[in-house]
Amino acid sequence: MIRLEPRKEISQHLLYLTPVMAVALTIALGMVMFVVLGKNPFAAIFIIFVEPMTDLFTISEMIVKATPLILIAIGLSFGFRAGVWNIGAEGQFTIGALAGGAIPALWPVEGFWVLPVMCLAGVAGGMAWAAIPAFLRTRFNANEILVTLMLTYVAVLLLSVLVHGPLKDPEGLNFPESRLFNESATMPILIEETRAHVGFLVALLAVVVAWVLLARHVIGYQIKVMGQSPKAASFGGFVESRVVWMCLMMSGGLAGLAGTFEAAGPVGQLVPALPVGYGFTAIIVAFLGRLTPVGILLAGFVMALTYIGGESAQIKMNLPSAVTGVFQGMFLFSLLGIDVLARFRIRLARRAPVAAGE
Amino acid sequence: MTDTPLLQLSGITKRFPGVIANDDVGFAIMPGEVHALLGENGAGKSTLVKMIYGVQRPDEGVMHFDGAPYAPGKPSEARAQGVGMVFQHFSLFDALTVADNVALGMNKEAVGNDLDKQIVEVSDAYGLTLDPTRYIGSLSVGERQRVEIVRCLLQKPRLLIMDEPTSVLTPQEVDVLFLTLKKLSSEGCSILYISHKLEEIRELCEAATVLRGGKVVATCDPREETAKSLAEMMIGTSLTFAERQEPDLGEERLVVTNLTAVSHDPFGVDIRDVSFSVRAGEILGIGGVAGNGQVELMEALIGEYVTAPESVRIDNEPVGALGPTERRQRGMCSVPEERLGHGAVPDMSLWENTILSARTRKGMENNGFLDLGIAQAFADEVVAKFNVKTAGIEHAANSLSGGNLQKFIVGREILQAPTVLVILQPTWGVDAAAAADIHRALQEMARGGAAILVISQDLDELMAISTNFSVIAEGRLSDPKPTGSQSIEQIGLLMGGVHNSAGREAST
Repeated sequence: MIRLEPRKEISQHLLYLTPVMAVALTIALGMVMFVVLGKNPFAAIFIIFVEPMTDLFTISEMIVKATPLILIAIGLSFGFRAGVWNIGAEGQFTIGALAGGAIPALWPVEGFWVLPVMCLAGVAGGMAWAAIPAFLRTRFNANEILVTLMLTYVAVLLLSVLVHGPLKDPEGLNFPESRLFNESATMPILIEETRAHVGFLVALLAVVVAWVLLARHVIGYQIKVMGQSPKAASFGGFVESRVVWMCLMMSGGLAGLAGTFEAAGPVGQLVPALPVGYGFTAIIVAFLGRLTPVGILLAGFVMALTYIGGESAQIKMNLPSAVTGVFQGMFLFSLLGIDVLARFRIRLARRAPVAAGE
Repeated sequence: MTDTPLLQLSGITKRFPGVIANDDVGFAIMPGEVHALLGENGAGKSTLVKMIYGVQRPDEGVMHFDGAPYAPGKPSEARAQGVGMVFQHFSLFDALTVADNVALGMNKEAVGNDLDKQIVEVSDAYGLTLDPTRYIGSLSVGERQRVEIVRCLLQKPRLLIMDEPTSVLTPQEVDVLFLTLKKLSSEGCSILYISHKLEEIRELCEAATVLRGGKVVATCDPREETAKSLAEMMIGTSLTFAERQEPDLGEERLVVTNLTAVSHDPFGVDIRDVSFSVRAGEILGIGGVAGNGQVELMEALIGEYVTAPESVRIDNEPVGALGPTERRQRGMCSVPEERLGHGAVPDMSLWENTILSARTRKGMENNGFLDLGIAQAFADEVVAKFNVKTAGIEHAANSLSGGNLQKFIVGREILQAPTVLVILQPTWGVDAAAAADIHRALQEMARGGAAILVISQDLDELMAISTNFSVIAEGRLSDPKPTGSQSIEQIGLLMGGVHNSAGREAST
């Protein structure tokens, strides 16, 4: 029988080393998978993990993917630290895109103020969507995991309904998509000739602000205390319902902002297929980054790499498109598995009925 | 009585990384003897009894039980030999019933079919009333300890190890327990009794072994010693006890009027119509058996539980509807009963833990931004002034021993110079010297004009430091009386819930 014994003291270095080990393990498992598929494992790993970093265009595409992942994961990390499990960032992302994107879709006006207003609307939309689970949890003690997850599907369907109806492009030959956003409603491009937009700078700002909040501000402090010891938080004068609201507003707002960025950036219009899973992948990013802002920044890029590398592996090696999802799943499982080993040591019980032989 | 000791230890040595917990310890317990094990925190008592109970193994030395070599590898082996132990920290599962927990702590063959009946019989025989079907989560600290004691007694032990068993009992209950222990002893069961309460040891024990720094420094007959001489053996220096002075009482600083608080916990105790006041310079002691509303009263007083605004007033300002932070700003600090997880965040460093309750009064918070330098300096100050033994303020709160963490938390609150202090179990688990320091600090604060409310289960402590004294039972408070004006019997009756105030009885 296998028993897990908690380790007395967990070294801080080990905690930061485990995500790196998870990446290494994922690559090793990936190579096994490629061998089974009959592909050259070294070539596949090279194409997925190394090649994208050698080219300016693929790097810019990584920035495009990493921007929403980092923004959403930063927001989620606050809640995850406090024990508020918002796993419906995908829905808040979608509503954010809808709220921000509805403005240029309905009123194609010009002006420097259009984009800021869209961003505010996106933040408000994401917050409003997250306010539903916040209210239900603080008022009726409803489990926010279920509520946020289910609201994701509602949000995706709502986007679809509106794009098929009132937001449909009048000159769009009845295709279910909004009109293309005009210049004023499009994210300024960061690097010429690419899709990398200024939203990345906002994501970097979010990383810095999150770091300050966590390390130097009473907001971060109370979130940490609430997550580790709710009774101590109450002694310290922190109110649980306020923390729940705060966490859901932060994660909802940032997810909504990421949604607006996505609609006004790489997509440039509202389409039913706008939500592509960033909200879910960001959960992995948050944990791979150890819920720390800088870690999330790095993890966002690692995860973006799997998107880009997965795409080029599809093209160059004829691999199925599921390869990206498989890699992302393996990341999470490797991380969880290695985390368990970092916190516990495995003991083979002596009085096992059958000896654990080779 | 035979000459063969029931348990003989010789040359017991146990090393941990960086520290020798026990160094060549040897003593003998005779059959039927009540043997005291005395020592400050960190003297090695816990390690020693853990080795006797098979939780740990000695690095060197031998033990003999009833003349035969004895080396239990785990507690079930110790129990099979007839060694039982009541731990200071209970090992009970909240989500299981009393009977389930008793069954879990017994060797399988000892559990009969009629366990519920046995529990009721034994608990009744020893005056430790227990309902076997109740869930541990709903029991008070005192009741939980009864479960531990009954669990041991059910196994008809030959050696019973008791680690600070009386801290949660009323004087009457202590008397009953002592009768129980004396009865057990007369039946031939030996008892190894660990306590900080020196008077108890003098009353109960026939022999005592004193540990200091992991070594045996004295063996004596406690009946021939004074509490003071025993304490001095323990700490190795002369003691100065806190001196009592007649206080100058000022105006009322903390006024509680008809405070009623319904517990969130369905098994908790409701605070019912409690009224009292604490004046500047006064230490009001509230005694009572654990689980009679002490925690709920504290939570309502410090603002974790908000009530009607007028029911709690600080310096004549209604604060009943305000939270802990707002009350701290108005001068109220507090020490909760539970150190880890209530008074301190276990995984946070000591300096981070100062932010928890001292951030406003110590100016660590500025528009929400935290000044970590102030927090670290304050943590250093607490560690230095309250003699907290730690490798550094960077270390997590849960790396400290219970007594040291208690000193840290008490120090953190006292050094904020509150004008009203609500403190539960101020000296729970700290050694005699540190307890005297804490008592002195409390009395100095009172002399400085603070109003202090001490809620404790240690009657000796309350009698030693409080100006006025009251008892909480089933969420009601007896009328405060000058300390010493009531006999121990009267206090015991109050602790049992018999109030002298006829009006309150009528309202039941």
